[in-house]
Amino acid sequence: MSPAIQLSAINKSFGEVHANKDVNLVVERGTIHGIVGENGAGKSTLMSILYGFYEADSGEIQVGGKPVAIRSPADAIHVGIGMVHQHFMLVEPLTVVENVMLGAEGGVLLRGGEAKVRAELARLSRDYGLEIDVNATVGDLSVGLQQRVEILKALYRGADILILDEPTAVLTPPEADALFELLRALKEQGKTVILITHKLREIMAITDRVSVMRRGEMVATVETANTSPPELAELMVGRRVLLRVEKEERTPGVPLLEVENLSVIDHRGVQRVADVSLTVRAGEIVGIAGVAGNGQSELLEALAGMRQPVVGTMRFGGQEIRFSEHNPHRMRQLGLLHVPEDRLRMGLVPAFQAFESAVLGFTDEPQLGRGPILDHDRMVADLAAKMEHYDVRPPAPRLKTSKFSGGNQQKIVLAREIERSPKVLLVGQPTRGVDIGAIEFIHRRLIALRDAGVGILLVSVELDEIMNLSDRILTMCGGHITGERKASETNEQDLGLLMAGVTDEAA
Amino acid sequence: MSAPIDLPKWADTIVVPAVSVVAAFLVAGLVVLSIGENPLTATRWLLQGSLGTGEGLGFTLFYMTDFIFVGLAVAVAYHAGLFNIGGEGQATLAGLGVALVLNNLTFLPGFLLIPLGILGAAAFGAAWAAIPGYLQAKRGSHIVITTIMFNWLASVLIVYLLVNVLREPQSMNPETRAFPEQSYIPFMHDALAVFGIKVPASQLNLTLFLALAACYGVWLLIYRSRLGYAIRVVGSNPTAAVYAGISPARVIVIAMVISGALAGGLAVNELMGYQHRLLLEFTAGYGFVGIAVALMGRAHPVGIILASLLFGILYQGGAELAFEQPAITRDMVVVIGGIIILFAGALDGLFRRLVARMLMRSSMARA
Ligand SMILES: Nc1ncnc2c1ncn2[C@@H]1O[C@H](COP(=O)(O)OP(=O)(O)OP(=O)(O)O)[C@@H](O)[C@H]1O
Ligand SMILES: [Mg+2]
Repeated sequence: MSPAIQLSAINKSFGEVHANKDVNLVVERGTIHGIVGENGAGKSTLMSILYGFYEADSGEIQVGGKPVAIRSPADAIHVGIGMVHQHFMLVEPLTVVENVMLGAEGGVLLRGGEAKVRAELARLSRDYGLEIDVNATVGDLSVGLQQRVEILKALYRGADILILDEPTAVLTPPEADALFELLRALKEQGKTVILITHKLREIMAITDRVSVMRRGEMVATVETANTSPPELAELMVGRRVLLRVEKEERTPGVPLLEVENLSVIDHRGVQRVADVSLTVRAGEIVGIAGVAGNGQSELLEALAGMRQPVVGTMRFGGQEIRFSEHNPHRMRQLGLLHVPEDRLRMGLVPAFQAFESAVLGFTDEPQLGRGPILDHDRMVADLAAKMEHYDVRPPAPRLKTSKFSGGNQQKIVLAREIERSPKVLLVGQPTRGVDIGAIEFIHRRLIALRDAGVGILLVSVELDEIMNLSDRILTMCGGHITGERKASETNEQDLGLLMAGVTDEAA
Repeated sequence: MSAPIDLPKWADTIVVPAVSVVAAFLVAGLVVLSIGENPLTATRWLLQGSLGTGEGLGFTLFYMTDFIFVGLAVAVAYHAGLFNIGGEGQATLAGLGVALVLNNLTFLPGFLLIPLGILGAAAFGAAWAAIPGYLQAKRGSHIVITTIMFNWLASVLIVYLLVNVLREPQSMNPETRAFPEQSYIPFMHDALAVFGIKVPASQLNLTLFLALAACYGVWLLIYRSRLGYAIRVVGSNPTAAVYAGISPARVIVIAMVISGALAGGLAVNELMGYQHRLLLEFTAGYGFVGIAVALMGRAHPVGIILASLLFGILYQGGAELAFEQPAITRDMVVVIGGIIILFAGALDGLFRRLVARMLMRSSMARA
């Protein structure tokens, strides 16, 4: 039987950057095929070529044994390829049915088309155990369910081959489990799945084979059963990688950030943070564990001055912060810096050149220019130095921010905040979408900061990350702090219970 | 869902607008053909009338000066993510500012009066733009709606003032008395004559240099200054602005103030440089042309200069054309302008796609 997909000698360059070099890839029908590789290795580019977003400079694509020309997503859909993007392409005010119909309305009168869509959706849900309320408004659905709508959309259009680019980066663990159930069901029905992820755990759990890319080249394809995370890591990075960074015990110093009874209400009037008290001392990493959406984001934003808390008190370096003068600008001046969770929406300006994004929040620093005018040459030189230090690829300060791969964008944000010597650093999801080599690097940097006496408040949905880095762990559920543990005296089950809201008192 | 179109900067800023202008002229040619006139002769008259004579060129550059100011005004707001449709109204109010300053400070010498007149224009234009800016920033009233409303308010207000308050008692015309002579911005032909250079007389005056200086100023502001950085962050990623400690509300008001002040340049050129009095409808719809100019010029000062020149040619050459070929009326010329606006603005994406395809072909052919 001919393979579902065969790519031969694919090449693609963006100016100087050779993103795909003579890439060959065979994906067998009815399998789940993983693709791993460092940030900027060219995974998304390769999939974008397969899905018709980019045209390859040279090379051949075969689908089901037949050479095909894919010039647009429409061509890709035509030959049975569907793609689920990390940033969903859904119309939020419309219902699930309407979103699925979009672009496939079938006729002037929607009614006939809609009945067909409903019938088809019912069939798909039955076949794959995909539960979803088709009349729900997409904007009201959780991220996991929105992703499900994207998958339904692709299946409705007759996709036999489904590409998922880092689908779990935005999911909570239970949502990720549900996704994997679905992918297994798809595989059983004979569909082919291509899965890009940085989480080797996921590769091991669900794929049949895995291909490794490095610096634009396809360096290996192996049977998942015959490999291991350390081996994959080494193939990806070209050297041995520490999957867990060592750190020494330290005694924390003076309290730097003290928060008492802080509550935050969002613009809809929903209470997001409820009566939170916490302290971050010099030279310690305090981790906040919790399922995404339990108030961690709002807590970080409130501490950073982006949101006004409704009640509570806050002290920084022993000095009381009055809410009337609580804003990001002032907190930055005091030495509280912030690596935001959502780098593209918050931490960077995608349309800016990288060296401009690299001063976001700091443009009033006198040394960045003369008087009201910024010194671009100097900003470029600054970023060039940081790029070398942080191994950002490509090391091109003038490249548009949006053209860097996700992990490299993250390094730009981290470099900006860390290199400004914070007293306290708020860090949200520092390694989301970041490759394992870079995770090791970022973890080392954070631990070095802590050893230098910086207080770090870390929010992450990755329990591994929280447990590896933190000295102390707080769990959050429904806006409340539900427990506190020393990192050395807890485990996943323990934290899992606390995160589910089973508090110490109740237990 | 469509593929992102990534063009090299030179293609985006030069080739795409050039292609859309050529396409617009081809379509306009068809329209001319359809009314039984020869498009080639029409084109000749258009170019001859606008660039072929010293006088024509003077008028072309005069219009260009107007368009640069209103184009910059739209561009600055655009960088903050705002669509300022209110250039007409802001320029109208700027005219009021000019008249109030010049006709009340008649005792001042020219070297003081001229800068004060310019400041008056900028201040009144800025104030008129600041109100919609404030309403957008604090109340969320959409700037497009409010600036359109403010255009109407401005035109009603100026009619009232000119008819009832500012008109000279013995005059029948709704206009102010002439400004004091020392406040006239010198005509180009007079200024050059000082250096012994003789050029034909036209409306063109030294405000052109103010417009070019404003282009440099706006470039510096938007692309090099700390404030411009904040403006662009707000325009392109408001969430990042909040993260960065930039207040979007403040930046919106500031951007509108600058935008309105720039629109005031139209009043400087028309009134201080040419009409030498405040009269009704001196803005002549140029405020709206500014939108097309800014779109076509990619909201970049250099692009705006080029687009303003193009529209200057169109306005001046079009007037000559209507005169020489009566079958082609002024309305026809307006239609041609409309086609260009349509092609340069609305159909922009189409041409970007086209150029991207052509580039792809040629790069593959080379490989
Ligand atoms: N539109 C573009 N213009 C210029 N360079 C680009 C563009 N898209 C991608 N690149 C570059 O091509 C290389 C490969 O990028 P790609 O997005 O495919 O990486 P990736 O393997 O998906 O990385 P990540 O794991 O971080 O998502 C990177 O160096 C990136 O900067
Ligand atoms: Mg990618």
